[in-house]
Amino acid sequence: MTSSGISFNGVSHTYRPPRGRPVLALDGVSLEVKDREFVALLGPSGCGKSTLLYLLGGFMPVETGTISVAGKTVTGPGPDRGVVFQNFALFPWKTVQQNIVYGLEKQRMPKPEREKRAQELIELVHLEGFGDSYPSQLSGGMKQRVAIARTLAIDPLTLLMDEPFGALDAQTRTLMHEELLAIMRRTPKTVVFVTHDVREAVYLADRVAVMTARPGRIKEIVDTKPSTGSRAEFIHTQEYTEKVDYLWNLVRDEAIKAQGEH
Amino acid sequence: MTNNVVVRYIPLLLLAILWEIAPRIHFVDPSELPPLSAVLKAWWSLLLDGEGHTFLAVFFKGSLWSNGVSSFINWFFGLGGAIVIGVFLGVFMARYQTFDDVVSPLVKALYPMPKSALIPVMILWLGLGAGSKIASIGLSCLLPVILSTYNGSRGVEQTLIWSARSLGATDRELLWEVILPSALPEILAGIRNAVAISFIVLVASELLVGQHGLGYLISFLGEGGVYDAMFAVVVTVSALGFAADRAYLYFMRRTLIWRE
Ligand SMILES: Nc1ncnc2c1ncn2[C@@H]1O[C@H](COP(=O)(O)OP(=O)(O)OP(=O)(O)O)[C@@H](O)[C@H]1O
Ligand SMILES: [Mg+2]
Repeated sequence: MTSSGISFNGVSHTYRPPRGRPVLALDGVSLEVKDREFVALLGPSGCGKSTLLYLLGGFMPVETGTISVAGKTVTGPGPDRGVVFQNFALFPWKTVQQNIVYGLEKQRMPKPEREKRAQELIELVHLEGFGDSYPSQLSGGMKQRVAIARTLAIDPLTLLMDEPFGALDAQTRTLMHEELLAIMRRTPKTVVFVTHDVREAVYLADRVAVMTARPGRIKEIVDTKPSTGSRAEFIHTQEYTEKVDYLWNLVRDEAIKAQGEH
Repeated sequence: MTNNVVVRYIPLLLLAILWEIAPRIHFVDPSELPPLSAVLKAWWSLLLDGEGHTFLAVFFKGSLWSNGVSSFINWFFGLGGAIVIGVFLGVFMARYQTFDDVVSPLVKALYPMPKSALIPVMILWLGLGAGSKIASIGLSCLLPVILSTYNGSRGVEQTLIWSARSLGATDRELLWEVILPSALPEILAGIRNAVAISFIVLVASELLVGQHGLGYLISFLGEGGVYDAMFAVVVTVSALGFAADRAYLYFMRRTLIWRE
């Protein structure tokens, strides 16, 4: 098994829009994500969560600090890190099925195998019967599930997910939580998972990193791995409620600070 | 639905009736506007004269068919060349900043130029044959294709490029599988403008000089005073322009079926 730990070392990022002032989005973020660990990123809107994910994805150059995955410095994107984007980023001219198999085509997987895999994934994200639909014909939550299926298709060692369940209703979201945990049991992955939802973070993650309001820094890291029993039981324990409350307070303080800026 | 179609063609029908009656009751001079029936008759003989049925074949070097074919060749190569080269240049400009810096000012300066002004220049450089006509059409159609491709390629959503990249797409695959499809709605709209321009420049360039083409036929018949036949060609050219636009629109809708 290859290792796929992630390490952020003093990472800062400044956006320099062609017009307007430079924006310091991240300021010295350091964070270690162990191999096969599930880390959730919590923080107020605009604190730089997506930015951190884009840098890890290799989409923007890391100008200050370093990011490494499995011991290698990140210099560009690659299929070792699967990304689910906050805005889904589906190819609108491709059907659901064509979107899902895109990464498999790039891996030169033979067509029959590709189609079989696509069918499995369509079932996994409960989109049976929508294989031939175009993204424009789907609801936000459905698009989000296609995006997840497309990323899972290439079975990446590392998963970067930017609010992947944000557009789902409560029931579908719970189902997707179970599916994600089941996938993690079958093929353990290193996950960085951005969310606004404190309960979701505590439920899914081994550790939750709380970020400060912009410029984003790591404010605190909270261990959320259940000390005993499964996650399904965890949700009913005192421990879970306490962790959620504790994180809520941390996030709320930062959210108030973020509000104060405007 | 059927009702709608009928209603839509009523104005056209009224125009046809008016065209028939006005010259007949001498509301307009029939030598300046022959009645529609005479124009249709002339059209019919223009279709058949190539086979030598009438005296027209003796006097006119080409029938509607043979002139239509030479026009089609000019149109096809002019417009086709403009599309291929225009898309290529547009994408290249959008992708390479230095190339953009050099070419952009030229494109912007040439864009508002009246397209027909190119024709005499092309004749001077390339002579009276098909070459100057193809070049005139090509250059006139080039700019809208370049600009729409450029704008479309620049407007590609960043995360689409990123997700293709992270799924393993190479530079070349990115171009063919993400940038061009994403720019396609704008490119196709630009080509529709180019199609309209191509008809204008085609006829204008053939009217001006040469011995072939529908434009030439119009000027030849006009100068010879054969107005019913001249009108027949004018109507033919308009109908072809209209049909080309309709067919293109249909093709465009089919191609962009993935949008809402
Ligand atoms: N392309 C850009 N140009 C300039 N500034 C940007 C750009 N993208 C993001 N920013 C700024 O960087 C900061 C961080 O943005 P980012 O998208 O990473 O936030 P986020 O934590 O993901 O927010 P949200 O939870 O709302 O998705 C924001 O304050 C934003 O204003
Ligand atoms: Mg974000």
